[in-house]
Amino acid sequence: MRLDRSGGDVAPSLSFTFDGETVRARKGETVAAALLANDIRLVGRSFKYHRPRGIWSAGPEEPNALITLGRGAAQTPNQRATVQEVYEGLEVSSQNRWPSLKTDLLSVNDLAAPFLGAGFYYKTFMWPRAFWERVYEPVIRRAAGLGALSGAPDQEPYEKAYAHCDLLVIGSGPSGLMAALVAARAGSDVIVAEQDHALGGRLLAEVEEIDGAPAADWVAAAVAELEAAPNVRVMSRTTVTGVYDQGTYGAIERTAMHVADPGAAPRQTFWRIVAKASILASGAIERGIAFANNDRPGVMAAGAVRAYANRWGVSPGKSVTVFANNDDAHRTARDLAAAGVTVAAVIDPRADAQAIGDYPLFSGAQVTGTTGRLGLTDITIRDASGKDQSVWTDCLAVSGGWNPSVHLTCHMNGRPVWNEDLAAFVPAPDAVPGLFPAGSADGAQSTADCLRTGAEAAIAALEALGQTTEAPALPKAENGFTGHTPFWLVPGKKRAWLDMANDVTVKDVKLAAQENFASVEHMKRYTTQGMAPDQGKNSNVAALAILADATGRTIPQTGTTTFRPPFAPVPLSAMGAGARGKGFAPERFTTSHTATEDLGAPFVEAGLWYRPSYYPRAGETTWRQSCDREVQMVRNAVGVADVSTLGKIDIQGPDAAALLDFVYTNMFSTLKVGKVRYGLMLREDGHVMDDGTTARLGETHYVMTTTTAAAGQVMQHLDFVLQALRPDWDVRIASATEQWAQFAVAGPKARALLDVVLDGPIDWAAWPFMSCGNIGVAGVPGRLFRISFSGEEGFEVAVPARYGEALYRLLLSQASVLGGGPYGMEALNVLRIEKGFITHSEIHGRVTAFDIGMERMISAKKDCIGKTMAARPGLLDPARERLVGLKPTGAVKELTAGAHLFNMGAEAVRLEDQGYITSVCYSPTLGSFLGLGFLKSGPDRIGETVQMVDHLRGVKTEVEVCNPVFFDPEGGRMRG
Amino acid sequence: MKRYSAFAVAREGLRHHAGWERAWKSPAPKPSYDVIIVGAGGHGLATAYYLGKNFGITNVAVIEKGWLGGGNTGRNTTIIRSNYLQDPSAAIYEKARSLYEDLSQDLNYNVMFSPRGVMMLAQTHHEIRGYQRTAHANALQGVETEFIGPERVKELCPIIETRGPRYPVLGALWQPRGGTARHDAVAWGYARACSDMGMDIIQKCEVTGVTQEGGQVTGVETTKGHIGCTKLGIVVAGHSGVLADMAGFRLPIESVALQALVSEPIKPCMDVVVMANTVHGYMSQSDKGEMVIGGGADGYNNYTQRGSFHHIEETVRALIETFPIISRLKMLRMWGGIVDMTGDRSPIISPTPLGNTFINCGWGTGGFKAIPGSGWATAEMIARGTPGPLAAEFGLNRFREGRFIDESVAAGVAH
Ligand SMILES: Cc1cc2nc3c(=O)[nH]c(=O)nc-3n(C[C@H](O)[C@H](O)[C@H](O)COP(=O)(O)OP(=O)(O)OC[C@H]3O[C@@H](n4cnc5c(N)ncnc54)[C@H](O)[C@@H]3O)c2cc1C
Repeated sequence: MRLDRSGGDVAPSLSFTFDGETVRARKGETVAAALLANDIRLVGRSFKYHRPRGIWSAGPEEPNALITLGRGAAQTPNQRATVQEVYEGLEVSSQNRWPSLKTDLLSVNDLAAPFLGAGFYYKTFMWPRAFWERVYEPVIRRAAGLGALSGAPDQEPYEKAYAHCDLLVIGSGPSGLMAALVAARAGSDVIVAEQDHALGGRLLAEVEEIDGAPAADWVAAAVAELEAAPNVRVMSRTTVTGVYDQGTYGAIERTAMHVADPGAAPRQTFWRIVAKASILASGAIERGIAFANNDRPGVMAAGAVRAYANRWGVSPGKSVTVFANNDDAHRTARDLAAAGVTVAAVIDPRADAQAIGDYPLFSGAQVTGTTGRLGLTDITIRDASGKDQSVWTDCLAVSGGWNPSVHLTCHMNGRPVWNEDLAAFVPAPDAVPGLFPAGSADGAQSTADCLRTGAEAAIAALEALGQTTEAPALPKAENGFTGHTPFWLVPGKKRAWLDMANDVTVKDVKLAAQENFASVEHMKRYTTQGMAPDQGKNSNVAALAILADATGRTIPQTGTTTFRPPFAPVPLSAMGAGARGKGFAPERFTTSHTATEDLGAPFVEAGLWYRPSYYPRAGETTWRQSCDREVQMVRNAVGVADVSTLGKIDIQGPDAAALLDFVYTNMFSTLKVGKVRYGLMLREDGHVMDDGTTARLGETHYVMTTTTAAAGQVMQHLDFVLQALRPDWDVRIASATEQWAQFAVAGPKARALLDVVLDGPIDWAAWPFMSCGNIGVAGVPGRLFRISFSGEEGFEVAVPARYGEALYRLLLSQASVLGGGPYGMEALNVLRIEKGFITHSEIHGRVTAFDIGMERMISAKKDCIGKTMAARPGLLDPARERLVGLKPTGAVKELTAGAHLFNMGAEAVRLEDQGYITSVCYSPTLGSFLGLGFLKSGPDRIGETVQMVDHLRGVKTEVEVCNPVFFDPEGGRMRG
Repeated sequence: MKRYSAFAVAREGLRHHAGWERAWKSPAPKPSYDVIIVGAGGHGLATAYYLGKNFGITNVAVIEKGWLGGGNTGRNTTIIRSNYLQDPSAAIYEKARSLYEDLSQDLNYNVMFSPRGVMMLAQTHHEIRGYQRTAHANALQGVETEFIGPERVKELCPIIETRGPRYPVLGALWQPRGGTARHDAVAWGYARACSDMGMDIIQKCEVTGVTQEGGQVTGVETTKGHIGCTKLGIVVAGHSGVLADMAGFRLPIESVALQALVSEPIKPCMDVVVMANTVHGYMSQSDKGEMVIGGGADGYNNYTQRGSFHHIEETVRALIETFPIISRLKMLRMWGGIVDMTGDRSPIISPTPLGNTFINCGWGTGGFKAIPGSGWATAEMIARGTPGPLAAEFGLNRFREGRFIDESVAAGVAH
């Protein structure tokens, strides 16, 4: 209900819906505050037993009040009602109930609870054997999950952003604000990240004074000072979610989740903040007490109850009771009573507890039970004398003390340490390099201590950054409410909840102990304690205390609790912002892309690149017709293909030749300037990594060509060699793939075409096979390489990329005059198979130089990467599967890639396997299917007939084993 | 050991579970054992179990520095499949997969093996070629797989965007009897059965040294003192290099962090396991409703048990591309494990240079699926002193001799 406060609260001005019902709210309220203001206590159902659930907390740690926002593609499940701000028209629905929140049929699970205790899954559902798969698992799966996805793709914008600072202050309660003020005044670059929309932390929820005025005034002044400082950035609605190496912090900002019409703003932004140092001022989270049926809607954290009253003017109940083991929780009774709410009883198990206001106090007493099916109606109090009495109440505020929010200190494997005085875990010293805990995150208990430790932490952090700062005058603040005695549970037979979301009870933990799941991790996994959306923030420490008790150990002996990132769940949408659809990976287009599109060529993906498959002409109805024509065009006239996607690495420096000799199996230091050589590169383990040509443009200047696929890998490899193996070498490498547009011009009329295109006249006698040099095209300086991947006389012309499209169009128009034209990847593939040239279909990572018949390319005169390992006997075994050519000779004239080879007459089974086919094509030149493949002892079996069996497509034929070079084996055409 | 049965569950439900026994004992170490296994992960426990079950060797201790099942066995994404390219791999992974089929009954512990089907998406032409090649190999090996088209992919997993504008799904390698199992239950089930056979599982006991005499192992130094043994099995995954060092030999293993994450629980939307190698991510939905997501390994060696953030980010990006409907889900938890990588991405099951000392490691990013088969083969090797047919090709010598069982290149790549 709303409290009547003198402060002049505005009347509710907004409305939103909860399960279709209209709810009136005030601006700045959370959904939880608005629901409580409207006396709505039942908001969800628990995971396993579908027990009615209400609101427990007033912050992001909420275990129970998980709701779904929106509808259709905008539907977002599992949001915390205690975090989501209301706005006009917001649609909120409850989850995990059917058919309705009030009548949920799966709450029958609760009746079966005696059989469904911890770990019951592991002991049952095994008979009959087939039933797990067919019956039990499907039924369990159907009941799983909390909220649901809409099934429609998300259309809204998300963003990713980066920030840097000297000091990141995490949290803006008294300690965070104080730390930020100290650092801001010292001139540091400061970022203050606060998950709430308002700064102030607990001070917003307490009735307290600082420097003799309401704490809110001090907060307002501090915030004003920070916001005005040019060196401070205040980030509200921003939760720091993770700590990573080198001072990197992940944070999620709810950028536009609080407005009805965000315009173009992203809903959420994922931040990566790199900070030289940080202050962890993340506060503390209140813990509960386990007692019978402590999970009903209306049972809430004591600090939350007074937060709703003090901050939002909402009382979660008409008649409030408090059950707590500490002085701090008495403030709830005091503040609510002062606000005019009935406080029916304060139950404190400490015999010496003192009231701090006008309310009935039961000291030395306990709450032993509750009633109320869909919401709390009564509690049973056992007083100090052991007498029970029932008290009517619709809100029980519970506190078992506070746990410092140590979560972020665990992200780099730090283990929090148990502090006996506080009965809580505090951050381990130096758990995260450069992170300084302060305030109640570090165990401080009063506002005065928070202010002091905040200032001290800032001074220490600045000192670590080499800056000395004077201690500031500290504001005067509250120093009380620190008394407490650990109290975890009220003994009893009935179920007492620990993890409310996952329905883990004290009994479950005790059963785990009984069955020797005595390590904390075993207990957690066996009971699912701490694995729900709140990740145990509300209950892990209590569960640990109960496990310790059940196993007769102290808490430190039992273990520690640890937390993995993220501190709060991070939406995948924001982490993956920009990845939807085409945004996932860059698309790389060659300079000839548009011209190729104009010709109607379909594209295939080659890594990030798009390359043309073939160029259909009028009258051609299948890709094969186009491909056959293009092959013949190259063999008889001239063809043009864009080869810019091959990796180009520019290598310069006095040690360029040494580098190449080291990474290639063959010699490059002896290559003459103006010459090109084919090179083979091995991995350290002796297998082939890549191949390609390298040209020597000058005494200390080479250009290496890699395959399209391995361009990145080879660049990495060279970088590794230069940085890790030979940092002493004077040589620099740079990727030049995108700087050059390069076109293959191949065929008997290649020279004729170049004669018209290049600035001439060209003296072809000076351009023997495997030569290179500078040329010009319409006055633009370029390069020419005489190399061939088709077996025809071939050249590659390279010009700076900005001239690529013009050159391509020029080449095509002149080629057509000569009866030539463009050719695509399909034809390129046929041309190279006809010649037995390999690609990564053959050098697929498992082959050696020996396997592809190139063992003689490993120079005996020098060492190279992979040479020693390549000499291992297993890699030189003649019986290995080695490269051969294959031609169909049986009734079926087709070959299929991937098919396996068997000896004639052998059964097509594993033990008879002789090899497999890697590449196939139809060769219009030879009028037959051709294949390349690997066959045991291949080169020794030329002329043999073997059978090919394709189990996938059911194809079977006989093939002849032949030399992999099918066409022009002497290479006369290439040399011209 | 009291067996679990429907009757037992009912009886205990009615008497407040008072009768459930300890799942395993927590004994103090004896002075010596016939066999010591170091590492109570899935592989170590399964080795012990089959030593007892298949060879009657029960004077066995399994020594664990932390809590049993707390290494990679308790951190993995639980994918089980056997669609490997090379014959020796297919043999041991398929042996494991088929043992999983009956493991719950064998152990009297529900390990929740869920053969819901595993599909590996082909998103480039080269990947198609690679998977078709694997499908060919599987046909010969007797492993049931199938290369399916995009329509069938969509049918089996409606939430995949098969027409993705960047990397459309062109097909998939589908293993209908692949799936998942509950990782903890596998460790716990084996541990319970081992303990029941009288074996000692000694937790919170770190092995700090290996003692030897005349080239033969004599025992191990631990944080609970010296424990003698006749034979020693080292089964410690990411820490294999450390243990090998104690035993005086080196391994061709690199240890790197591999990460995974889960989302919050969500109503069922995905019944199969999907792996997308081009974009680097894989996903399945657990019986609790969480999406279980895994990505690539870190590019540098370390023992940190956490990884770098950008890997997780890349994985999430990949999954949003492939499954656009999941983007409103939230990541609940992320973690890393240290995986033991060999050069050929195949495991090592081998005798070692130290007499009577055997090693099982190198399962890298994919050894959960192998646990029963690996335990079976390792037990056989330890019992007989020499590797049997399943393990024969996985010896350490293959690195010296260059006889790789190369699983590192799943698919061909673009030229
Ligand atoms: C994130 C991730 C995802 C994965 N996903 C999959 C998947 O989907 N499918 C799949 O098949 N596989 C997967 N794997 C791989 C799989 O988890 C491992 O291959 C497998 O669990 C290894 O089991 P293990 O028993 O060998 O090792 P572990 O389970 O790691 O056990 C080794 C044990 O040795 C102990 N130990 C180490 N040193 C000592 C010492 N000095 N003294 C005593 N004890 C010691 C450790 O504490 C540990 O408990 C994944 C791995 C990771 C990290």
